[in-house]
Amino acid sequence: MADNQVVEPQVLPPNPEKATLEGRNKFLGFWFFLGGETVLFGSLFGTYLGLRTSTEGGPGPSELFHLDLVFIMTMILLTSSLTSVFAIINMKRGNFNKLLIWMWATVALGVAFLSFEIYEFYDYYFNYGLGFTVSAFASSFYTLVGTHGAHVAFGVGWITTLLIRYRKAGITLANAPKFYTAVLYWHFIDVVWVFIFTVVYLLGAGG
Amino acid sequence: MAHVDPSAPLEGRPSKETERKLKRESRTQIVSFVFMIFITSTAFLTIASDAIPTGFAIPFILLLAAVQVVMQLYYFMHMNGKGTGWVNAMIWSGLFVAAMTVAALMLLIGIVKY
Repeated sequence: MADNQVVEPQVLPPNPEKATLEGRNKFLGFWFFLGGETVLFGSLFGTYLGLRTSTEGGPGPSELFHLDLVFIMTMILLTSSLTSVFAIINMKRGNFNKLLIWMWATVALGVAFLSFEIYEFYDYYFNYGLGFTVSAFASSFYTLVGTHGAHVAFGVGWITTLLIRYRKAGITLANAPKFYTAVLYWHFIDVVWVFIFTVVYLLGAGG
Repeated sequence: MAHVDPSAPLEGRPSKETERKLKRESRTQIVSFVFMIFITSTAFLTIASDAIPTGFAIPFILLLAAVQVVMQLYYFMHMNGKGTGWVNAMIWSGLFVAAMTVAALMLLIGIVKY
């Protein structure tokens, strides 16, 4: 946009993320994408559940999993879901600074989660000798949990990009849908983790 | 209506009604967050303590996970809001296909045992 143009401020609508056609399309398209992601994770879960007892003499779930560590990771991710909810509530209030603060808090919790996961994989690989090709269980475990971790890493990068790009922009009709879809993605990651926590870790340790 | 410049900063305060609604919403979100923490802890304790028999524990924690996912979708992600027909259609058909995929894969590779 040319610099000499005067930008007229707009009045804050109740739902800035759905106030434009583009925003509504983003919202709908993103949910279509999440429906597809559900199927992607479904196939990875199915593979893991089919192969989780095929340890080929290598380490199995009950020897590997540290439930206390995974429980802390679950709490971190759940809390990051709540901070992103607060970010959206503050966006609808028109409070841009609080939106940024809560989003940064979400990013920080996401990074904390990722560090725990890297530590966890490091521990399995070096202290238990669980390489990717050790057994069918190892491959399916790393693929499922690693795909989720990659999603978390992508989400952290996505939200950080938004935060840096719009650090001084204020809330606009253009960036409100972007923050909103990023938060939807973040919640979805959390939903997937709830299932990983139950199906992989709790069943692996106790079932 | 005049052409709306989407990069213009939004100004002004939300209406009294919106403000009230947002206040109510943040209360709902905190309550559902506490409830989710409670559910997760219950599932964790069910497995971590050896007092509960496995035959009961496994269906119980799967049920807790399902409850928690529905809560996430409907409270945090607002799938019960207005105009979410397509959203519900996409997610539920995604879950439907995912459930069949999980069942098929478990039967195919879980029973043959590679």
